[in-house]
Amino acid sequence: MTAFFVTHGMEYGWAWFLATIIGILVIALPLMLAVAMIIYAERKIWAAMALRRGPNVVGPWGLLQSFADGLKVFLKETIIPTSANKGLFLIAPIVTFTVALIVWAVIPFQPGVVLADVNVGLLYILAASSLGVYGVIVAGWASNSKYPFFSALRAAAQMVSYEVSIGFVLITVVLYAGTFNLSGIVLMQKGFGLGIVNAFGFHLLLFPMWVVFLISSMAETFRTPFDLVEAESELVAGHQTEYSSMSFALFWLGEYANVLLMCALNAILFWGGWLPPIDWAPLYVIPGIIWLFAKILFFFFVFGWVKATVPRYRYDQLMRLGWKIFLPLSLLFVVLVSGWLMLTRFA
Amino acid sequence: MIRAITSFALWDFIQAHWLTLKYFFKPKATINYPYEKFPTSPRFRGEHALRRYPNGEERCIACKLCEAICPALAITIEAEPREDGSRRTTRYDIDMVKCIYCGLCQEACPVDAIVEGPNLEFATETREELLYDKGKLLANGDKWEQAIAANLAADAPYR
Repeated sequence: MTAFFVTHGMEYGWAWFLATIIGILVIALPLMLAVAMIIYAERKIWAAMALRRGPNVVGPWGLLQSFADGLKVFLKETIIPTSANKGLFLIAPIVTFTVALIVWAVIPFQPGVVLADVNVGLLYILAASSLGVYGVIVAGWASNSKYPFFSALRAAAQMVSYEVSIGFVLITVVLYAGTFNLSGIVLMQKGFGLGIVNAFGFHLLLFPMWVVFLISSMAETFRTPFDLVEAESELVAGHQTEYSSMSFALFWLGEYANVLLMCALNAILFWGGWLPPIDWAPLYVIPGIIWLFAKILFFFFVFGWVKATVPRYRYDQLMRLGWKIFLPLSLLFVVLVSGWLMLTRFA
Repeated sequence: MIRAITSFALWDFIQAHWLTLKYFFKPKATINYPYEKFPTSPRFRGEHALRRYPNGEERCIACKLCEAICPALAITIEAEPREDGSRRTTRYDIDMVKCIYCGLCQEACPVDAIVEGPNLEFATETREELLYDKGKLLANGDKWEQAIAANLAADAPYR
């Protein structure tokens, strides 16, 4: 893209700037559209599992429901509580939303199609997604209200607990892939399982790690059964309690962009990213982005499926699962995987 | 030991998710409401209506039995003799906000004038619209007469 603008007579700096802006828009705008559509899809999934019909009035099959909701929210008044810290109160949803978007910069959609092909993409993702909790904490503190404050405390503790085990899970993947670059990780999965399956998750040692990662990613995005941050029965709406209008909508958009990101990470780290599931030439005719999209949608279905099925954990159960089960388990598997690699690959 | 293995294999979760997946493909239990409706019983107690005789004369004779029996004190009636000497209401108000839809007014009425019709979709945007007067009730009667008459006929053998 940069080269295209340079050949049309732009200076390199400006051409790079313009190309990057276009790249950001090309990723962010479809992402927003995807968020609107998956909110609709998720409502349909929950509805179907509860034998209901779900939204089906706005547009064909209710497809435009999210846009109607968005318009409604947009037309509402933004209410700022008098005792709230005004600046922080308004910055919090922006932080959540922005952080949810910036992580997408390193997600590879196809060979070579990635906004920033950095070598430490995985570290970048870990760092940026850890920032996401700041949105919740700042919102909880700035609201100057009890429920959001409890929610913020819970969010901080939960995020820290599960990021630890996620970190160890990622180490096992990186040990196998030998690189932190997400495109590199995807390419290493080609023909990984028995020479035909394009997936790390097919491996006996990595499959349990994928399960841990899937569950931890639900905890990271505050989804059921780990949605203690906005547990309706205890905390009204958690950190969003005092929010209204677009500031509320930004939380939602950010939350679902994060969910999509976690689905994408599941697909990229364990199930072959843009590669087709089987290493068979005719399957490569279908563009990689479609395979990635299909995998993201599948994992999103799993997320919605889990949310429709399991009840919420108690807070001590959440902490016990994170620290007493996932952490030792992932540590054990780091040792097992490195030992196995020493035996087979580096012997 | 077995318990530890099954819980580490997430066996309970797999069973639960299998169950919800089966429900996912089942036919829906809910109806498509604004376009599809459940049938209502002939005894259904919905929006009130004041009926007329086939010749257009209003049935209500201002006996005020409905006003007397109404447990929610929702009905207000004022009456005086008409020019031809018959006793008629000059005012017949029902406060639909107070009404508890018990159907006692219908039971009390000696001439089947006040009835609760089959209509249940009379939500309004303001509270004032729910303070029904005589004109509104008579209009309801004219609008729903066919359905009301059919329902009364269907229920008649049982009372």
